[in-house]
Amino acid sequence: MPEENGNGKNGKEVGLLERLKSALHEDVQSIRTDMPTKAKEQIEGLKKPTKTAVYTSIFRHKHDDTPRNRALGVLSNVFLHLHPAKINRDAVRYSFTWGMGGITFYLFIVLTLTGVLLMFYYHPTKLQAFRDVLYLEHDVPFGKILRNMHRWAAHLMVITVWLHMFRVFLTGSYKAPRQFNWNIGVLLLVLTLLLSFTGYLLPDDQLGFWAVTVGTNMARATPLLGHEGPFGKMLGMTPYNDVRFGLLGGSIVDANALLRSYIWHCIGIPIVASVLMIVHFWRVRKDGGISGPGSVVLASEDKAQRGPRHA
Amino acid sequence: MDWRQLWEICSAPDNVPIVALIPLLAFYCYLAWKQAKGNDELIAELETSPAMAKTRYRKTWPFEPGWQKEVHVWPFLLRIEFLAAIIVTIVLMIWSVTLNAPLEEPSNPNLTMNPAKAPWYFLGLQEMLVYFDPWIAGVVMPTLIIVGLMVIPYIDTNPLGNGYYTWKQRKFAIGSFLFGFIILWVAMIIIGTFIRGPGWQWFWPGQTWDHSRLIYEVNRDLPDLFGIASNFGKAIFGAVVVGGYYLAGGFLIHALFRRYNPKDYQRMSLLQYSIMVFFLLTMVALPLKMMLRLAFNIKYVWITPWFNV
Repeated sequence: MPEENGNGKNGKEVGLLERLKSALHEDVQSIRTDMPTKAKEQIEGLKKPTKTAVYTSIFRHKHDDTPRNRALGVLSNVFLHLHPAKINRDAVRYSFTWGMGGITFYLFIVLTLTGVLLMFYYHPTKLQAFRDVLYLEHDVPFGKILRNMHRWAAHLMVITVWLHMFRVFLTGSYKAPRQFNWNIGVLLLVLTLLLSFTGYLLPDDQLGFWAVTVGTNMARATPLLGHEGPFGKMLGMTPYNDVRFGLLGGSIVDANALLRSYIWHCIGIPIVASVLMIVHFWRVRKDGGISGPGSVVLASEDKAQRGPRHA
Repeated sequence: MDWRQLWEICSAPDNVPIVALIPLLAFYCYLAWKQAKGNDELIAELETSPAMAKTRYRKTWPFEPGWQKEVHVWPFLLRIEFLAAIIVTIVLMIWSVTLNAPLEEPSNPNLTMNPAKAPWYFLGLQEMLVYFDPWIAGVVMPTLIIVGLMVIPYIDTNPLGNGYYTWKQRKFAIGSFLFGFIILWVAMIIIGTFIRGPGWQWFWPGQTWDHSRLIYEVNRDLPDLFGIASNFGKAIFGAVVVGGYYLAGGFLIHALFRRYNPKDYQRMSLLQYSIMVFFLLTMVALPLKMMLRLAFNIKYVWITPWFNV
């Protein structure tokens, strides 16, 4: 017959209940003694947040002001590592670079952010596009300032791109070894204008409609590919198969043109522009970094004896 | 003087960027000119004293002994970028709070806007429509502008002025660029924005836009002035005139270029040289054609059954 509840014959064997009791006692005791210590340690630890595991997993180096940390701050950050760790002392002078390239890129970011927010409220259909803009202007919280910012940042970006190109030309920064990057820049200039132009139609108001009508009417006259252009008729171009039809998705600026405009504006051109921007920035680094004010070269040092170089 | 009209044009929200562009451009032209002048004076000084040219005085702000040649990007560049971002954001915020983006009536294909203007950055091309057919102004010219910009680094063989502002070492390059950018591009935009009114007619700043104004203007074609009536004759005549312009103009440029830019002339290959001459002549052709139109009411120079120039 089994004994009940740990009353062993010699009284030495402790019953299950007893063991459970003492274990529980130990647990309670440990909470009483350990936890306050751990809490103290925790509070001490919070006073040094840079020592926490979370922090050190994100930031891989210290932040004391040492040359090593200054360099690591740039090199170990994915967004900043396009920069070198060090830069020519003169190259940071604003009067030389005007900062227009950087400002252009910043405006592109602003436009992406405001543009994504605008997309939440906009349908690229003839029925709704104009109403959506009215809705944005009058009902959406901060909708008006959102649209305004997108518009003015776009205009400002056109200006800063021009000024950037102007500065690069004036300092001769397109010269060797930066010739190729100048070409990427020209393509980016064209894409900037196209981005702005495709956005012009989207409110579907009179301003955008007629501006795009005027703009795309030019495509009619494209030599060879437009139905009113030189040699267009000979190649069988009509209003229904020429290059303008391809741009508008129709023979007039209508629903398809709105949709095409929208897709080019929000997806097509930004992707191409982003790819070219990556190449552009990469080449800035590879071709010798931000073009700092160089040492002047004297005409007497230019011998012009290398003979014609082939283009 | 119709101040209200002037204010309406200048304060039209989409015209504000151009109003802003003019002082910005003037400021940056000044900034560039100031630094170019400084460098040119330094170059002149160094040319006269070869001993000094061997020292560190190769920049208008030479390195002082003991200076580090390089500085850390963090903080010296990043703080500028950060500040620039903040300033641009503030400017944008203020601009967006004070000025609303334009929104006209819903689009209506049956109601033509007069004047119907392209976005402001394309107004230079739209202004060209007055003087050229759409296939030139709207297709060929933009293409040539893009290609022309892209060939610049490959036809500019001048090794001087790489990485610093200068005028005296690059007079030809900078002169051509300023002509193309300021006169042909920006000035045409300003005309398209502030001067052109209903019917794309010329209204001086402050002149009231008269929507019923008619201008009696009879445009003639150049072959008509010479009494050429047959289509075949017109085509041949136009080809001769246009071809003659490129030949005579090319010869003139050749005569000037080899005299005033002998080193570049010596360096350039035939391909580089002919591309440069072609783009220069095409660029100069724009104001020439405009003058023909404005002074002599000449519409076309070259008339063929397929295209007119």
